Amino acid sequence: MNPQLFQLICFYVFGFVTVAAALSVITLKNSVHAVLALVLTFFSTACLWMLADAEFLALALIVVYVGAVMVLFLFVVMMLDIDQEKMREGFVKFLPIGLIVAIVMLVEMLGLIGVRAMHAQVMGADPAAAAGTSNTAWLGRALYTQYLLPFEIAALILTVGVVAAVALTLRQRGDARHESASQQVSVNPRDRVRIVKMAAERPAGESPASPQESKS
Amino acid sequence: MITLSHYIVLGAVLFCIAVAGLFINRKNVIVLLMSIELMLLAVNTNFVAFSRFLGDVSGQVFVFFILTVAAAEAAIGLAILVLLFRNRSTINIADIDSMKG
Repeated sequence: MNPQLFQLICFYVFGFVTVAAALSVITLKNSVHAVLALVLTFFSTACLWMLADAEFLALALIVVYVGAVMVLFLFVVMMLDIDQEKMREGFVKFLPIGLIVAIVMLVEMLGLIGVRAMHAQVMGADPAAAAGTSNTAWLGRALYTQYLLPFEIAALILTVGVVAAVALTLRQRGDARHESASQQVSVNPRDRVRIVKMAAERPAGESPASPQESKS
Repeated sequence: MITLSHYIVLGAVLFCIAVAGLFINRKNVIVLLMSIELMLLAVNTNFVAFSRFLGDVSGQVFVFFILTVAAAEAAIGLAILVLLFRNRSTINIADIDSMKG
């Protein structure tokens, strides 16, 4: 088969799966099922990115989103005891306005894009391959030279996120015993141990230098 | 032949689905957060497509940063959600009105 035709077929298959999964994310009744549908959406989108030769980002999407963020979502959804029926109360009420807004937006966007006008932009050669490297090296070279400062700031943002998440959810228990490091460091040795100087004492009835076993 | 408009139309469709999700699920904060993730995914798809078709690496670098910030946002958002549920025993948006906004 013509490889470009095969790519196009793959695009349609993955795109259909993506859209169907995204629709089920917003319509499924059970939140756990919705999270699982979102996992499917991310996975098929990663396949689409792979079709566009963005291998590193596709794998990062799977590792970071499917592996970490979605598991976090699933964890929270399962931990919280949610009344599913009550959550669905406004569903029918807001369905028409949601549909109208979405369809109007979609029509406007498609009109703006001009499907027919941009059809000429056919996917050419992979720019990374044209530069003689892999996609990861291509991206990494830009990331560590031109975008080094934003890269470091991104690391800082992640650290702040970790600290903020822990600080928000940390619960101080009143009955837990814990040690205070500052108190431990600032303690004075004289408060804890008192050294007393005193003369040596020996028990009464024992002779000082000669043990009795050596004589007998 | 995959063209640029294929990817852009897909991104637009995903974005509109996410907007519809924001409107439909007015009660469930978790689905709202998931809709925001869908929006970011649609935007990232556009970035990847333009980066590929224009041969410019900046688009993919930007997707990298969006993924980073979105991960931090999801972590903090879920932490706030857990805190909210611990204090109010509900995540229904209609019940969270103490600020009278």
